[in-house]
Amino acid sequence: MSLLHLAIVSPLLLAVIIPIFSKSIRQIHTGWFVLPLPVVLFSYFLSFISTTSHQGTVYESFEWIPSLGINFAAKIDGLGLLFALLISGIGSLVVLYSIYYLEKDKEQLGSFYVYLLMFMGAMFGVVLSDNLIVMYGFWELTSISSFLLIGYWYHREKSRYGAQKSMLITVFGGLAMLGGIILLYIMTGSFSISEIITQSDRVLEHTLLIPALICFLLGAFTKSAQFPFHIWLPDAMEAPTPVSAYLHSATMVKAGIYLVARMSPVFAESPVWLWLVGGFGIVTLFWGSFSAVKQTDLKSILAFSTVSQLGLIMSLLGVGAAALHYDGIDDNVFTVATTAAVFHLINHATFKGSLFMVVGIVDHETGTRDIRKLGGLMHLMPITFTLAIIGAFSMAGLPPFNGFLSKEMFFTGMVKILQMDLFSLSTWGLLFPVLAWIASVFTFIYSMKLVFRTFTGKYKPEGLKKKPHEAPLGMLISPVVLGSLVIIFGLFPNILSHNLISPAMASILPSLLSPGDMFDVHIYFWHGPTPELFMTIGVVILGILLYLTLPKWERAYHLLPEKLTLNKVYDKGLESIQTGSFKLTRFYMNGYIRTYLVYIFAFFILILGYTLYKKDAFVIDTAHVSSIGFYELVLSVLIVVSTITILFAKSRLTSIILLGAVGYTVALFFVVFRAPDLALTQLVIETVSVALFLLCFYHLPKLKKEESKIPFKLTNALISIGVGAIVTAIALSANSTKLFESISQFYVDNTYIRAAGKNMVNVILVDFRGFDTLFEICVLAIAALGIFAMIKLRLTRGKEG
Amino acid sequence: MEIVMAFVVGIIFMAATYLMLSKSLLRIIIGTGLLSHGTHLLVLTMGGLKNGAAPLLGEHAPSYNDPLPQALILTAIVIAFGVTSFFLVLAYRAYQELGTDNMDRLRGTKINE
Repeated sequence: MSLLHLAIVSPLLLAVIIPIFSKSIRQIHTGWFVLPLPVVLFSYFLSFISTTSHQGTVYESFEWIPSLGINFAAKIDGLGLLFALLISGIGSLVVLYSIYYLEKDKEQLGSFYVYLLMFMGAMFGVVLSDNLIVMYGFWELTSISSFLLIGYWYHREKSRYGAQKSMLITVFGGLAMLGGIILLYIMTGSFSISEIITQSDRVLEHTLLIPALICFLLGAFTKSAQFPFHIWLPDAMEAPTPVSAYLHSATMVKAGIYLVARMSPVFAESPVWLWLVGGFGIVTLFWGSFSAVKQTDLKSILAFSTVSQLGLIMSLLGVGAAALHYDGIDDNVFTVATTAAVFHLINHATFKGSLFMVVGIVDHETGTRDIRKLGGLMHLMPITFTLAIIGAFSMAGLPPFNGFLSKEMFFTGMVKILQMDLFSLSTWGLLFPVLAWIASVFTFIYSMKLVFRTFTGKYKPEGLKKKPHEAPLGMLISPVVLGSLVIIFGLFPNILSHNLISPAMASILPSLLSPGDMFDVHIYFWHGPTPELFMTIGVVILGILLYLTLPKWERAYHLLPEKLTLNKVYDKGLESIQTGSFKLTRFYMNGYIRTYLVYIFAFFILILGYTLYKKDAFVIDTAHVSSIGFYELVLSVLIVVSTITILFAKSRLTSIILLGAVGYTVALFFVVFRAPDLALTQLVIETVSVALFLLCFYHLPKLKKEESKIPFKLTNALISIGVGAIVTAIALSANSTKLFESISQFYVDNTYIRAAGKNMVNVILVDFRGFDTLFEICVLAIAALGIFAMIKLRLTRGKEG
Repeated sequence: MEIVMAFVVGIIFMAATYLMLSKSLLRIIIGTGLLSHGTHLLVLTMGGLKNGAAPLLGEHAPSYNDPLPQALILTAIVIAFGVTSFFLVLAYRAYQELGTDNMDRLRGTKINE
């Protein structure tokens, strides 16, 4: 256990004690106790930058389940560090923001911060684990904590719906990923990511490559809300806004991006990887931005915008994989896609985080997020308005913000596809830049809509629940910090390039580097009159035109029938799964005791019969068989006759007496077979039993003739005969096979020596196996108590007692 | 003799199963009682029959019958008695409360009705 491990689990440890703080110290907002932790962690992780920027890694491991190859291995490399910084950095700002967002008297702060810390710890675990199984555990923990946070206002039905939806979809993906992990283990024999990467050649040639790859991508796509799994993200917006800002824009949804980036060294050389990651990414980008335009809820716009931006990063990662097929780093122009992916990842966290916080402020101060009720807030909330402009313009890809730079690089990456001459990219590849460009136009439109519909236009105070005013200072700190970062990264992008982007790229594309080498990333503002520049200009011009004419063509969105949407498919699917499984269960668990007995007996016959047959265990050996005496034969006939007669007995009394007859015959058998103790016990017990039966039967109804159909009787008869036959077969075989020496001789030899008794059976019962007898008495006592309770207690109908 | 006993035990098991599958509660109880008788005989048979004198050292016999199955059966007889009596009273109370001993009408679930 090193300091690094402690850092990873520290949020979880704090989560354990936070409820105590929130309960005992009510005057101070619980968030203040949480805030120091992410700040400390952020500075702690910052100290690793000097290591990773020189291609160094930090590796700490301690054994957890070594026999299964599962160790809690923590590794810091460029990619992991970038994410850890995002998680702790944005985490600090979100906690600070939440202190002002959630009122301490109204909300259950204890549980909120416990969930948030759980999530934070889980995220650290995901991005810093080198062991796939450990990573999987943390991965599922993020799903669970996200579920709890979305359902935080659990009294709202929509919250519960959104929480369940996100849980079902992300956990489904998580399970698929577990399958992928196991497949990788089959191929490489290791759970360690670094070790698997060294064996990537073997993985790429293995027949299980495609299934494993698809399993991993399912995990990544569900987590990162890629089309068609994106439907959970808009519903997750029911969470409190700090949560949306943290989980559903900056960190958790990027876990899928992280997974794709992390597994790139293993899978990326496969053409399937390039097409799936790139293709799904670009479709998601388009669909997300297209859908965002029609939304009227501010958070829904942001949700779809997040979906689309995640698609953008995903497509860049996919296309970036093409670089692996070209040698040499100096003239390799294709790595620009990967650079753009990492850069945009950072940028998106900054501008989207600030936008979410801005929307939270609007919601908090006006009481609504409906864009149709808002307008003209510019003069009332000038600082918020400025922040919204910065965030939205960055998202739209306008200079001088950081979004412009990464958007330009994104276009570069997509245009470069046309120069590639592999995997039929030169023909179908044209779709990438075209879709990217169209999606960017829509991105521009919804960004403008977000800002201008909210802050300009006519002020409509009558539709608002509260009188809006500027947010308190504390609430503005976090978005201001993020907004400043948007500008700083926009103007001085190269403070990131050497420290964060280049090491992260080294983790994604390690095979392109020779030892000691590193990616030389340099981000320029001005590229000259390149196609990318014209694409951006085109986006701006067309975007402005379309935004201004939005009311005219907005109706086009209603052309798609409501029934065909993915949400309807999900709802219907869930419903039919529920009713279907209910019906299936009803079909075999129908509540009749007889049915269950039939199952039990049928399995008894099948399994024992199969075992007897398979193991060749059925043997009849007459060598050690004892002689057949006259008495025994008479008793046998007697017992068989009484047994068979019970089946046809018409009255209660007859069957009870016949049962008694069987019992007494058994006692006689015990006499003949020289078991005096058994015979005595059996006689006593049988007498008491028959007396009890006679006592009770008077209160039980008369035996009716079983009015049942022939098939019913036939099944019963078949099953009974089967059971009888199997038992006979077992009895015969048991006598004929002696696999090992019986332990009985021990008792015969030691009865007198050890226990000083002469009756072996008694000695076994009270000495050698005394505990058995003790528990037997316990069973009797429990039965007696139960009987007493049943007779004495009248719970349901008081008047009878 | 063991072979004869194997068939006897088989027949008892068969009858017991048939009774347990019927609809009347009393028949089911009789079936379980029969089943325990069959089991006792089965265990005794599996240990081998008539190998020697009764397992009492006072007999001073050269060989004794196997004492271990007998000890097991002794426990089983008592437990079977406990179960049967519990079952009987349960049936009695169920009939008193619910007015039927037909298993079809004593279903545990309320759905589909």
